[in-house]
Amino acid sequence: MKKTGNIHNEDIVISIRGLRKSFSMPVLRGIDLDLYNGENLVVLGRSGTGKSVLIKIISGLLTPDSGTVMVLGEDISKLSKKEMDELRLKIGFSFQNSALYDSMTVRENLEFPLRHHDKNLSFKSRLQLIEETLDSVGMLPSINQMPVELSGGQKKRVGIARTLIMRPKIMLYDEPTAGLDPITSVEIIELINEVQKNYKTSSIIITHDLTCAKATGDRLMMLIDGKIAAQGSFDEVFKSQNEQIKSFYDYNFVQ
Amino acid sequence: METGEQNRPQRKYLISKGIDGFFASIHHVSLFVLRFFKELFSAPVEFRETIRQCYIVGVKSLPLISITGLITGVVFTLQFRPVMVEFGAEGWIPATVAVAVIRALAPLVTSLICSGKVGSSFGAELGAMRVTDQIDAMEVSAVNPYKFLVVSRVLATTFMVPALTIYFGLLCGLGSYFQVHQADQTSFPMFISGFFEKIDFIDYASAIFRALVYGFTLGMVGCYQGYFTKQGTEGVGRAANKAVVISNFLLFIEEVLIVSGISILRSFM
Repeated sequence: MKKTGNIHNEDIVISIRGLRKSFSMPVLRGIDLDLYNGENLVVLGRSGTGKSVLIKIISGLLTPDSGTVMVLGEDISKLSKKEMDELRLKIGFSFQNSALYDSMTVRENLEFPLRHHDKNLSFKSRLQLIEETLDSVGMLPSINQMPVELSGGQKKRVGIARTLIMRPKIMLYDEPTAGLDPITSVEIIELINEVQKNYKTSSIIITHDLTCAKATGDRLMMLIDGKIAAQGSFDEVFKSQNEQIKSFYDYNFVQ
Repeated sequence: METGEQNRPQRKYLISKGIDGFFASIHHVSLFVLRFFKELFSAPVEFRETIRQCYIVGVKSLPLISITGLITGVVFTLQFRPVMVEFGAEGWIPATVAVAVIRALAPLVTSLICSGKVGSSFGAELGAMRVTDQIDAMEVSAVNPYKFLVVSRVLATTFMVPALTIYFGLLCGLGSYFQVHQADQTSFPMFISGFFEKIDFIDYASAIFRALVYGFTLGMVGCYQGYFTKQGTEGVGRAANKAVVISNFLLFIEEVLIVSGISILRSFM
């Protein structure tokens, strides 16, 4: 299930330089990262190495201590609230626990961003768009279900659909296969690749699952102690003689 | 063995940390409250969500308020009757009940009921949304979560608590009428004329004003506790609990301050 061939061109959609972030202790210690147009970049690392913090900074949920974050050519630290919101519409964020609004049905979850940002859309066109997007992730039959009635894998699919409905240019996946059984994990992996192909997105995938990393990543980046320890293709990263990278590989099952 | 002398710097540090924390939290709460007024007057208006919250706060509280109002009216009249009979003043029962209910009981009891029912649910609901990243999900989809979740809920409690207060007062009166009618065969028109005899404009206005303030307070406290929930599911329970305890405490403080203010106002009239 190894992904072969880089499909990206040389347009950079996300460029990060010297990114640092501390909470009670340093989490990110000088990250430099480029995400190319159409590329799936996997960020690997153990828990607590700052992977999720990295994408939360990109989406503006956290502010960096220092460093620059350019998203689609915009320096996010210099954007007003309104400009940041406009940029956010071009970024899809798939949360680790899906973060579906549990007081709303699946349809209402997808309708929620549309109602706020596309007010001119008629009810009929809105419903059509919702149905098309749900169909693309295989969740159309669950359109009237509540999130509590869905399995973990189904929730992930709906969560991805909710971000896709705004047709984002960039997708940020936070641990997309965490807590899922192997078969459902493979289904989500396939969905991530389909999203990249069908919606022409560039993605950052945060994971510690090497099966997911190998199958979805055009390029991998290994974070250790808040720094990039290695980057390149799957084979290049895991050829490294770094003991921590080796042990990370050994403790994972790779197909 | 440590002596009191050795413990002194540590005690000083803890006290100063506590004082810093107290002022920091007041600053934090003030910003949260000020943001409400800023967001209230900026577009877009979350009209649909506000109406939904008004329904949840107002309509869904009606059964509880109805039962409590009726029982309060009946019990209050029953308790008062022996004293009034002793002084031969049973004809004053409707007016006494009205003064007690409209001047004191209705806004406070309604707000305390809403604080337990609505304030705790705001704390728990928003807390659960915080710990399951639903609030962050709104933020990343460029929807203002403060406006959608907090402004709509606080507006709902601010407008619905006064409406429920009026309803509570009417039900109290009805409960009182049942008791008075059963004991003295007083007619309804006679009861009504006695009930409203000693109530003036300031009584109505102060009851509505107090209910507005209490509604705003309990909504704000519930939302604040939920919005900043930390530490997972344990934090959600704590947020719901704190929403009730803190809002009840504040309601009594506000009651003292507003009633004192109204008493001063009355002395000038």
